[in-house]
This record gives sequence, structure tokens and C-alpha cells, in this order.
Amino acid sequence: MIEQKTIPLDEYTRSPSYWAIVLRRFSRDKVAMFALAIIILLFLVAVFAPYIAPADPLKGSMLRRLRPIGTPGLPLGADELGRDMLSRLIYGARLSLFMGITPVAIAFVIGSSIGIAAGYLGGLFNSLTMRTNDIFYAFPSVLLAIALSGALGAGVTSGLLSLTIVFIPPIARVAESVTTQVRKLDYVEAAKASGANNFTIIRVHVLGNVLGPIFVYSTSLISVSMILAAGLSFLGLGVKPPEPEWGLMLNTLRNAIYVQPWLAALPGVMIFMTSIAFNLVSDGLRSAMDIKS
Amino acid sequence: MTQQPLVKISDLHVLFKGQKNVCAVNGLSLNLLPGQVLGILGESGSGKSVTLKALLRLLPAHKTEIRGLIEVLGRNVMSLNAADLASFRGGIASMIFQDPMLALDPVYTIGDQIAEVVTRHHGLKRRDAMAYALDMLKKVRIPSPERRLKAYPHEISGGMRQRAMIALALAGNPKLLLADEPTTALDASVQMQILLLLRELQKESGMGMIFVTHDIGVAVEICDVVAVMYAGQIVETGTIRDIVKDPKHPYTKGLLAANLHGAERGKRLETIPGSPPLLESAPTSCSFAPRCAYTQAVCRLKAPEAVTISKNITVRCILETNMNS
Repeated sequence: MIEQKTIPLDEYTRSPSYWAIVLRRFSRDKVAMFALAIIILLFLVAVFAPYIAPADPLKGSMLRRLRPIGTPGLPLGADELGRDMLSRLIYGARLSLFMGITPVAIAFVIGSSIGIAAGYLGGLFNSLTMRTNDIFYAFPSVLLAIALSGALGAGVTSGLLSLTIVFIPPIARVAESVTTQVRKLDYVEAAKASGANNFTIIRVHVLGNVLGPIFVYSTSLISVSMILAAGLSFLGLGVKPPEPEWGLMLNTLRNAIYVQPWLAALPGVMIFMTSIAFNLVSDGLRSAMDIKS
Repeated sequence: MTQQPLVKISDLHVLFKGQKNVCAVNGLSLNLLPGQVLGILGESGSGKSVTLKALLRLLPAHKTEIRGLIEVLGRNVMSLNAADLASFRGGIASMIFQDPMLALDPVYTIGDQIAEVVTRHHGLKRRDAMAYALDMLKKVRIPSPERRLKAYPHEISGGMRQRAMIALALAGNPKLLLADEPTTALDASVQMQILLLLRELQKESGMGMIFVTHDIGVAVEICDVVAVMYAGQIVETGTIRDIVKDPKHPYTKGLLAANLHGAERGKRLETIPGSPPLLESAPTSCSFAPRCAYTQAVCRLKAPEAVTISKNITVRCILETNMNS
């Protein structure tokens, strides 16, 4: 038999917590870290927009309409009303990120509550909620968002609300399916056998195992939300001019596409970059959370 | 001297409703005295695990129909309210599962999981609960318990996991431990250690134990009394000695014959021909009759009564009925 050394209690290296392991694995993922850096940069830009932007994003000038990229004093040119493009893109990050994240965050809370409840309770309650949920699936998400915000009227709040409604069903569906899986596992039964009530089981064993996957799925929706929000603004439903927002900018610049194609594409490039960054981070998070692999 | 039985089950029927009904348990009666270890022996699908789960009321209420009486320490388990049920589970009766990898929550440390049970049943603060959990781990003889306390289930070996599972089940100081094939998922050398540990812990605390297994060798190691189950019924009860030495029921004989001891090289191993019934409806005749070597016409007509042969032995077979009348 191997001799056992007695090590004093505090000298034991505490085996790192789940999230510490996830974080460490995530930090080794170069692609995800790069994407995360882009997102952090965008956030900083959005927060410090007034200090970074060289000019007022709302102040136009008829004299500098549609100046190309690289014009002296206008590094990224000027839009169809002669407003500084760089400043508008910088300020636009605020609303675009806000419209991308907020609906998903709200839908995460509501959708996972619905889904977890349905998945855990099962039976009739599950059928009722999930079939109601399915009704929303009958509409393509873009159409649903347009219909809802069309009915609610233009504006940031109604855009936010309609996007939230669009994202609740898919999140609820994912939450329901993972909860149903977890509910049937032995450790839930073991917890029951040791006297845990439903509330404890949901709070400890279901939430602990289910929130991760739902969270990962939700982060992948942020990019969709950004694109949808941009789409709503593009159609004149979300953000109202002259507010700088990337989707709206894409819309107002579309007539200039024959005159200044590069300029007109800039907001689209920003949307593309941001959404791909969110997607990559969500991918990295998913593989980092799959600890047993 | 009559002791109050720890567990008293009489005429238990469990029916799973669904597209096809399954009569998993059909008129099962058993008694367990405090400090006794009862082994329930039987092949897969004979209703062993279902009986255990019914004892803790773990079967889904809307899909199962349970009839009969289940009493633990004189209290009717079926009529407990939610609060009493919660303190009953884990506090009076507790359960160990077959596969500890599945029965431990992968996202919490061993210590957290035991401490959770401790706070529930002893009302301790988290710090004290952790100290209690550490004591429990020492009790189940996990090597370097301080470190295991902070380990996740996937970081420790199968044997240690089962020890942790036992610690978890015993954390509420139960009077009755239900063990659902706790050694099946383990390799042979670890199996023995776990059996010895269970036996030792049982002796120490004087709790009663119901040990479900399909391995007669395991039953011999740990049980005082054995109940052999077939098709949702107990076909033979007796002390482990009596059953192994002199099995009465043809099914028990078949089970005992179906082992590797004395098997000769190149010869076929002995088996019981046929397979267990599907149990879509409750049996009206002897369930074992289609596979039995001693079947008589009577066996297919009516179900045999349980016959008490001697003080400890009860058999449900027409042969014994005839012999005694």
C-alpha cells in the first residue's frame, strides 16, 4: 500500500470551480478571445462615444454631402446629409449594441422561466405552453418582428418589445428540451429520494445544469437580434432618424450606393463584424463549457 | 416478542398506465425488522426497483396506479403530505442508486451535494454542514476526504463515487436504506469493498436495509433474509442460508443453478428456458408456469397461494401447497 501523507487542510489546492475552469478553457481559445476583444472594443467605443467621436453625429452640412472615405477631416467620409460618417458609426454602436443585447437578455429571463417550468412540470402545462409557443414558430422571425413593431408603431421601445417577443419562443423551446432531459436523470431522482422539494430541485439541480446551454444559445441570438433590429430600422420601424443606428444608416445611404458604394457599405460592415464576433464568442463559450470532453 | 416492523408492505400492486399497461408489481407483501438486511433477488423487469421506488413514492403519480399498504415505522407512506414526505425521504428512508455517475449532479462538488442534504435534514449552517459532510466522507472511508469534498463527480473514480453516494444517502441519518443494485456498475474488486462498507455501516447504525440485486453472490455477502422476485411477486422468502442450501421454488432452484460454479469446460451453462412474461395484465395463474419443469394443469388455472413452510420460509408454489395439505 502506498504511504499516505497527511497534508494540512489549507494546503489542499481547492479544485477550481466550474466557471473558473470554463474561463480558463475559454481564454485558451484564440478565435473566441479575438472576437471577445472586438466586442469589448465596441463596448468601449459605445460608452466613450462623446470623447472619441471627432464631430457631432447629427450636424450635417450640404456642402460635404457624400464625401468619399479618406477626405481630409472626414476619415470615413460623410453621409447623404453631410454628417461625419466616423462619428455616426461610433454613436451608432450605442443603439445597435443596445438593440442587439437587451431583447435577448429580457427574452432569456422570460423564455427560460417558461421553458424550465414547462419542462419540469410536464404534462398538460407543458403541452399548453409549448403548443402556444409553436404558434409563434409559424411566422418567420423577420416577419413576426415586422408585424409586431408595425402594429406597435415605430420607435426604440416598440422595436425592443417586438424583438423580445420574437426571441422568447426559441429560448423557451431550448430551455424546455434541456430541462426535460435533466428532469429524467438519476440525480434529480436521487435529490428527491433525499428529501428535496420541487423548488430546491429546480433551483439547485435543474438551474445548475440547464442555464449553461440556454445561455450559450442566447448569446448566439444576439447577432440575429442585431441584424433584425437593423432590418427594422432599415424598414423605418425601429429607430427613427436622425438617430444614428447602423441599420437605419444602411437604409438612408442605400440611394448613394451607385455614387459612393464603399461609403454606403460601411454600416453593413459594422453589423457584419459585430454579429460575427458575437457568434464566435458564443461558439467558444459552448466548447469551453463542455468540460467533460 | 413481536417487534414493530420497520417496513411493512402488504398486497402491493403497481400498475404503469400508458399505451400498454404494465403490471410491474402484483400483490407483493414483505416485512422488514429494524436492523435487518433484506435482499430482493430477481432478474431484470421482475419489479425489484419499482418496489423500492414505490417505498419512497418516487414513481410518477399520474402514470402509475398503486394499491396496497406501505408502512414505514407504522406510518402509511402513501398518505404522507408534501412536508412529511420531504422529511421522510432522506430522513427516515434513503436510497442509493445503481450508477453513481448518473446519480450525482455533475455541476456541484461532492461536498456541496452532501451539505445540501445535511442543511435540509439537520438545519445546520453551510459551514457546519460542510464539516458534517467531511465527517460523512470519513465515515465511508474515502481516501483524502478533504480533497474529495471539493472534487466534482467526474474527477473521482467509480468506487469513490459510490462511496460519496452512500455518504449522501446516509447524511440524513435514515433508519432505512434502500440500495438499488449499488454494485452493478462497479468492477468486481470495488464491488466487494462497497459491500463490506455497507454491511459495516449498517451494523454500526443499526439501520434496516433493503438490498436489490440480481447477483446471488452479492446477496450472500450482505443479506440476512432474501426475497426472490419473479414477475412482480415474491415467490420465495427465507434466510439466505435456507435459500442457498435448500431452495423450494423451481424458479429459485433455476436461479441458483444458473451460475459458473461447477460448470465444466465445453459444456453448456445451465439456464432457465424461456423469458419472463410481459405483464400487460395482472397474472391470473402462476407466472412461472410456462418456464417451469414441474408444471401441472393446476398451475395454469389459478395462482398459487403463499405457503409458510417453517418459521422463516414462505413459498408461492403449488408443489408446496400440495405437500402441506
